[in-house]
Amino acid sequence: MRCDFADLLLHSYFDSELSSVDAEKFGRHVERCADCGSELVNLDLLRDRLQLAEIYEAAPASLRRKISAEIRPKAQTTPKSQPLLWHWLAAAAALFLVAIVLLRMSPGLRNDDYQAELAAEIVDAHLRSLQPGDVTGIASNDERAVKGWFDTKIKFALPVHDFTNHGFGLKGGRLELLEGRSVAALVYERNGRLINVFVWPTPGPDKSPRTGSQRGFQWVDWRQDKMEFCAVSDTAPADLEQLRQLIHSNT
Amino acid sequence: MSELDPEDRERFEQLVLPHVDAAFNLARWLLRRREDAEDVAQEALLRACRFIRGFHGGNARAWVLQIVRNTCYTWLEKNRPMELSVEFDEEVHQQSDATPESLAIAGDERERLTRALEMLPPRYREVLVLRELEGCSYKEIAGITSIPIGTVMSSLSRARRQLCAVLDGSPGEEANREM
Repeated sequence: MRCDFADLLLHSYFDSELSSVDAEKFGRHVERCADCGSELVNLDLLRDRLQLAEIYEAAPASLRRKISAEIRPKAQTTPKSQPLLWHWLAAAAALFLVAIVLLRMSPGLRNDDYQAELAAEIVDAHLRSLQPGDVTGIASNDERAVKGWFDTKIKFALPVHDFTNHGFGLKGGRLELLEGRSVAALVYERNGRLINVFVWPTPGPDKSPRTGSQRGFQWVDWRQDKMEFCAVSDTAPADLEQLRQLIHSNT
Repeated sequence: MSELDPEDRERFEQLVLPHVDAAFNLARWLLRRREDAEDVAQEALLRACRFIRGFHGGNARAWVLQIVRNTCYTWLEKNRPMELSVEFDEEVHQQSDATPESLAIAGDERERLTRALEMLPPRYREVLVLRELEGCSYKEIAGITSIPIGTVMSSLSRARRQLCAVLDGSPGEEANREM
């Protein structure tokens, strides 16, 4: 037998959807009604089961990537205002993940995979950079200050140069530690655009630059003096190449 | 998609992106297949992006889920109309890959619950998912599903009873007795 009272009121009561007056009335009813009491226990058990089984399905990373790829600004657009430097460093923090991809890249990987993976990670990283969080790094256009900051934190001699004279202003840097490896991210500004240059030590021989672009991002990476460099931005490829040459000849 | 106005993009990032998980979760449970859910959720989210100017404040999650829900139903009508035509026939459980037998041999609790939920008609499944997984209020559920609050209540009550019956291993019988 089921209590006539039970049907709708019971669920509304269970879901805290009754007004306080009704909830109180129904609460008094439940104290006397064994049917409703056991039904409430069952509802509780069911809710617990659903919660404990963790059947909530969060969105896969691929969905987030596709969405952010659709909404991200095209390379040609000019920002209305210059973003705050710390926003840039936050982006640098996120784009550092690009470096992780490069770190993990096996030499035999085809260029297509390399590009696709990189682009995907860039977009993901961009998304994550929009999330609030602690940003640590150094915001400075003083190459000695930036270098000094890095020197206490990484075990390789990072070349830090301000190329303001050539239109690439040094904005600062950031660092993360991953699997025991330090990856430095230098932040440059070119005509209001952010460029991240990721640098980490590598045992491999020098390698000529490889370039690519995906979804408006350009990247160029090369190896030189036991360091791997990867510059990423939405500037024109020519800008990136110019910066690469500047770094290359000053390293 | 054509170039977004920067203001629209900012609004989209602030209002819609926090609800990508909710959007996917609802689509996954309505469509029952992750691959379909990903495509349809993407379509719905981009639709939300195009309509972002039409959102005049209020509950962004409910707004997003309403679009996801509508997109899912449109997709189902087009691709799996059978599933919708049987939605209020409480005795039909064959619309899902899940059967009482497969439920019985599903060792894992998570799998058991997943299959049991998938056996419910879409209208019951969605109120349960919105209430138990997404934590929506009756008012939000009514807004998302465009059904009156009274119907939300009765659907939830029936959905829960059916789910319990399915989990108890006697689908149909107990549900019928109690209805």
